[in-house]
Amino acid sequence: MSESVSVYAVETRQLSLKFGNKLAVDSLDLTIPRGSIYGFLGPNGSGKSTSIRMLTGLLKPTAGTATVLGEPIPGAEEKLRLRIGYMTQKFSLYDNLSVQENLDFVARIYGLPRAYARARRDELITLYELGEQQKQLAGSMSGGQKQRLALAAATLHKPELLFLDEPTSAVDPENRREFWERLFDLSDNGTTILVSTHYMDEAERCHKLAILDQGVKRADGTPQALMNAMNAWTIEVSGDNLRTLKAQLEQTPEIVSAAQIGARLRVLIHKCRNTEQPLLWLQQHTGHRELEMVRPNLEDVFVNCTGARVTQNNRYIPPTTQGDGHVE
Amino acid sequence: MWNRIFAIISKELRQLSRDRMSFGLIVMIPLIQLTLFGYAINTDARRLPAGVLDMEQSSYSRALLQAVEASQVVQFEQQYFTLPEAEAAITRGEVKAILYMPADMDSRLQRRTQTGTPEDMIEPVAQWLVDGTDTVVAGSIRGLRNMPLNEIRNQAYSLPVPTMEVVQYFNPEQRTVVNIVPGLLGIILTMTMVLFTSAAIVREREQGNMEFLITTPVQPFELMLGKIVPYVLVGMIQIAIILGAGNLVFDVPIRGRLDYLAMAALLFIFASLTLGLVISTIAKTQLQAMQMTVFVLLPSILLSGFLFPFEAMPIPAQWIAEVLPATHFMRMSRGIILRDADIFSLQFDALALIGFTIVGLIVASSRFSKRLN
Repeated sequence: MSESVSVYAVETRQLSLKFGNKLAVDSLDLTIPRGSIYGFLGPNGSGKSTSIRMLTGLLKPTAGTATVLGEPIPGAEEKLRLRIGYMTQKFSLYDNLSVQENLDFVARIYGLPRAYARARRDELITLYELGEQQKQLAGSMSGGQKQRLALAAATLHKPELLFLDEPTSAVDPENRREFWERLFDLSDNGTTILVSTHYMDEAERCHKLAILDQGVKRADGTPQALMNAMNAWTIEVSGDNLRTLKAQLEQTPEIVSAAQIGARLRVLIHKCRNTEQPLLWLQQHTGHRELEMVRPNLEDVFVNCTGARVTQNNRYIPPTTQGDGHVE
Repeated sequence: MWNRIFAIISKELRQLSRDRMSFGLIVMIPLIQLTLFGYAINTDARRLPAGVLDMEQSSYSRALLQAVEASQVVQFEQQYFTLPEAEAAITRGEVKAILYMPADMDSRLQRRTQTGTPEDMIEPVAQWLVDGTDTVVAGSIRGLRNMPLNEIRNQAYSLPVPTMEVVQYFNPEQRTVVNIVPGLLGIILTMTMVLFTSAAIVREREQGNMEFLITTPVQPFELMLGKIVPYVLVGMIQIAIILGAGNLVFDVPIRGRLDYLAMAALLFIFASLTLGLVISTIAKTQLQAMQMTVFVLLPSILLSGFLFPFEAMPIPAQWIAEVLPATHFMRMSRGIILRDADIFSLQFDALALIGFTIVGLIVASSRFSKRLN
């Protein structure tokens, strides 16, 4: 603990995990500053959950090391149990216990003193608005309520570092917004949070994030820095026959992606010698249609990172993201 | 540590009390199986369906028929007139045995009782044709071979003098149920204890609870112990049900000391529960856990001495049976309940169960790793 005055809550060096002969996580280097909300953005199967499971000690890395709260991983998993909290992707509390009983059980497992545990439980029930459900069986609650209960259970022992694996995948947008308010409250109190998501809007709320794809970190930094440093131009095309144009553009090596958004086509153009003047270059392909250079958003960064395979192997593998507002 | 174990125990009990189906099964399984087996299992065959092939049709043959039927071992239901007809009836399964009385039975009888030369004495009077596939059935019919014949010829009944007298201790009336009920304890407990624990941990893994639980400070040993203790209680309840009902309904005596019985039961319950734990660390799904339980349950029924005498099995089969907790408990429960044996004279079995529990707990705790890979 004494040498753990590092500014980083988590540092990984070449952290890798092999399942059979498939590399689920490939040489991951990460630095997560203390007190920040750090996001893992990536499609399903990109290695987000696996990375989190390695950092929580659930999976043993096959290569590389990590330092979590100053302690080495693998090695100090048991020592870290009391200092980290983990909210699993799937609801992992007991369906046939009530809210109160679930929290009481978790408190006892963490060895919290009885009076303190009761006070903390009631505090969390109030904080996460579960007062009306406290005697209700967890299995009969809504997705949002279950999620708040899971967060309460994961933070019951006031962990310094909180891992959240796709915490909002089973809740509606309004609940997601509220959920993030709660995360910022936790962050303000000094908790470091590592959250995985495949929602762009959530990723954009993180202080810093890493984009993972096929077990490899494609980019990391603050959302703003990622957008600024993007190696592609973003141009929106409006006009007729956008579907045909899209199909045509996708055959062009310089085009990273083309995605229809309402009446416009959002085109990402790889920055290279040919495209030094992107508007003029694109005009050759789009003819009379109207072009507008726009600010890149995080989704563009994501597509540019994960969809970059288009130009590499001439085969477009769509990122399998779900939910709202994703490209292709 | 104790606090965490206690937390798991109370959580487990609370969940169990909300699972009405399981709760009902805890009570209903012993009750139904006890009633079923208590009434149904019987190793002395009575009123076996039989046929007659009477080629003689005399007053003697009818008298012999009546004397045989009076033994209650067989019940004559069919009459046949030719040998092929009679043999076909056995093949069809219509009857289990046929009493064949030859046309010269009368003269055979006369030769035997009047001249009495050694050749005449070994010449049988009639013949049994038996479906010998079931050894129990065949054995019962064999018991009819030496029917005394004097009665048939209206002579004074002279009882054959046995070479040796048999004194039947502990079960003088030779009721099968007396032996079955104490054995049933072992069978029912094997089934419920192994199944409950193996499913209890696999279920947590299947439903995802385990992923959260293993990121908490809980230790494998605490988890294992916390998981089995509630079922010790369940096992003791089941034992009380079986013995109580066995005593009331089937009049099975409980001759031994109850504290010895409780001690033996506890040892067996712990051994069965740890076996369930070991299964739970191997099985990936509840279905697999169930299959493995059956894999243990069948030999427990067939090899433990529950149905067939342990001593009658070949030596290698006896070794296999010694690995099953049920075998040891079968000896202890029958010893204590029926023979008033004290637990110290059964110490080999007691130690075997203790050893089984310790090895099981070590294997389960070491196999259960707080990792997913």
